[in-house]
Amino acid sequence: MEVFDWGVLAIKLGFLLVLLLQIPPIMVWVERRGSALMQNRLGPNRFGPLGLLQSLADAIKFIFKEDRPPGMVNTFYWYLAPLISVIPAFMVFAAMPFASNLTLPSGQVVHLQLADLDVGVLYIFAIGSLGVYSIIMAGWSSNSKYALFGSLRSSNQMISYELSLGLSIIGILMSFSSLKIQDIVMAQAQPLMQLGPVVIPKYGIFIQPLGFLVFLVAVFAETNRLPFDLPEGESEIVAGFHLEFGAMKFALFFLAEYVNMTMACCMIVSLYFGGWQLLPGLPGLIGASGLTGFPLEALRVGLEFASFMTKVAFFLWFFVWVRWTLPRFRFDQLMNLGWKVMFPLALLNVALTAFLIYRGMF
Amino acid sequence: MENKTFSVDQIPKDLLRQGIPGSYDVTVEHDPDDLWEESRMIVNIGPTHPAMHGALRLVAKLNGEVIEKSYAEFGYTHRAKEKLGENRTYHQFIVYTDRLNYCSALTNNMTYAMAVERLMGVELPMRAQWIRMMCCEISRVIDHLICVGISAVDLGAFTFFLYGFHQREEAYTLIEKLCGARLTTSYCRIGGLMHDAPEGWEKEAKAWAKKTLKVIEEMDQLLTSNKIWCKRTVGVGVFNKEQCLEFSYSGPNARAAGIDVDLRRDQPSMFYRDVQFDVPIAQNGDCYDRYLVRMEEIRQSLNIVIQCAEKIKKGPIWSEDKRTRIPDKEVVYNTMEGMIHHFKFFMEGFRVPAGEAYTTFEASNGELGFFISSKGGSRSHRMRIRGPSVWHYQGLVPMVEGKLLGDMVAALGSINVIAGELDR
Repeated sequence: MEVFDWGVLAIKLGFLLVLLLQIPPIMVWVERRGSALMQNRLGPNRFGPLGLLQSLADAIKFIFKEDRPPGMVNTFYWYLAPLISVIPAFMVFAAMPFASNLTLPSGQVVHLQLADLDVGVLYIFAIGSLGVYSIIMAGWSSNSKYALFGSLRSSNQMISYELSLGLSIIGILMSFSSLKIQDIVMAQAQPLMQLGPVVIPKYGIFIQPLGFLVFLVAVFAETNRLPFDLPEGESEIVAGFHLEFGAMKFALFFLAEYVNMTMACCMIVSLYFGGWQLLPGLPGLIGASGLTGFPLEALRVGLEFASFMTKVAFFLWFFVWVRWTLPRFRFDQLMNLGWKVMFPLALLNVALTAFLIYRGMF
Repeated sequence: MENKTFSVDQIPKDLLRQGIPGSYDVTVEHDPDDLWEESRMIVNIGPTHPAMHGALRLVAKLNGEVIEKSYAEFGYTHRAKEKLGENRTYHQFIVYTDRLNYCSALTNNMTYAMAVERLMGVELPMRAQWIRMMCCEISRVIDHLICVGISAVDLGAFTFFLYGFHQREEAYTLIEKLCGARLTTSYCRIGGLMHDAPEGWEKEAKAWAKKTLKVIEEMDQLLTSNKIWCKRTVGVGVFNKEQCLEFSYSGPNARAAGIDVDLRRDQPSMFYRDVQFDVPIAQNGDCYDRYLVRMEEIRQSLNIVIQCAEKIKKGPIWSEDKRTRIPDKEVVYNTMEGMIHHFKFFMEGFRVPAGEAYTTFEASNGELGFFISSKGGSRSHRMRIRGPSVWHYQGLVPMVEGKLLGDMVAALGSINVIAGELDR
């Protein structure tokens, strides 16, 4: 590779890491202020404008807390577990496209994606599912009954829902005939139908509504968020798998949860809501800008990135919204839902899509 | 660090078979082919577990997540209140009643005062009774809001809880206007009240009740027909009519199982005859029915508050019975006789004629009773308190037998065990 490629890669990596490390603190703030908004409270509002710096204070607290291993833990796995939870969470973002390609004035093309893998979707699922090992390790090595409960519940839940998760996107992969996320996003720009003056694009949600529903429910389960937060269901098993972890180790689990959530939202947006495709109205804005050459290119890419992040932000808010509205499932009900409702629905979706493709509908 | 080894052998094998007081004997079907029968995990739930309110403990033998056998313990907040009742004058004991069911301190105050007044034959003036009645209903609303809210928090629905909690704070502001305290009120006096309600208090209470009725509607819409909520509560923690009778259940928990008893209606005190209210009854006795009964009782209580606010009239709040009347401050500060009277009244207390009486009232959790036996002194000879939570808590073990861990949390939340009146 040339120096230019290495330089671009380093810049992209740095940008992505900074972006991902910013999202959890902001999401924690959104979560706390948002829940306060729903519950007639104020939420943290003391430190910084609107309490925005509260997350910073929390982070400092986590860093400076004494990190003391409890007695009788299995030290090796106990130290390893938080790392294993946080590394795959960051790794999956390598295959996520944030905008289309940017052509520099020199004629070189920059992919706004860390690695344009041919098996992008499979990579994301493969690496993403490594996270369950950290939970099992955490629960096992803590030598605590509640932590063990949490990890057992979690591994059960993740394995069960991964099936539905994997099956639900098969419909999308069949429709767009690609495993490359960039291809899938680009294919979603085609028009699906014309409703008067409005052109409905071929977004995943419009051609795979059932698959989307299954996917949405399954990612809630995969990210351990309410109503599927049984691995850490506070009132039942205290804090679940991270019960014995404190200080930065707990913070790493916390970070991984929010990064996973962000990844889930990125996947929802990329597969079902056109990824970085511009929001309605923005193409007109680019046309009206009167720019040419590289500035036009930069504006387009910038707006694509903004569109992507706006869509992701909406789904992140959706996660918060659901969390503060619904109660939690019981464990057997969760399993029933996973195996008796979500799994057959995902299978049905695959069969239906295959049938429609066979009849030439897509 | 020293690497300690931990062995399962340290746990006595027959821990759950020992005749531990409080363990409820349930015949578990033994499967002769079950090789793992002796190796079930025994989990100690509480007293620091988030669902156990910091004062209860359940030791459960788990098969997977199913509770095969368990026993429940209490007594972590035992303060010997009944013995204190035998060592304090009748007035001094009022503050101890606050700490029984601390969610509805006013009801405890009123019931205790009623018990002593009944022994002495003191008649209260109208206004005092109306205020007492309003206080009882306000604290019933507070208690029920907490119960349905906390049981929802235990099942993960936090927003529902805070909707109710806001109104609870407003109610405490009303109570603060009456007596200056929010949680531990000590508002009652034998034969009267600490202060008269301030000007316009009835109107504020009425406005609060109307506002709360609207909030209850909102809470109802948020949770009552929520699919997940129904799944978590319908058919969970079932305690049927026979079991309720066996375990002497009372209050909303008994009414949820179809036992039509409400001491406000069946044994009317104060002015409960003069107000309109319904007693909600459900049939199944599960967590969902207990939730519904409590929600409906909140509405009925708010209606009672509104009716009371309309019917209450100005007047004295002290009984003119010389034995219990606290001398007016003007008399105390300006006359020698008044000063002596005041001194004697508070240092010695008043004498209650010999006799015994058991006085009950429908507290928010059920039948709250005070048994006072007097030998004529200024302190009771014997005092016993019937806290409804004691009986409700005994039912937890059979209620969760063979159920999942999550159901235990739901069941415990729905029977509303308040450690203060459980341990006394």
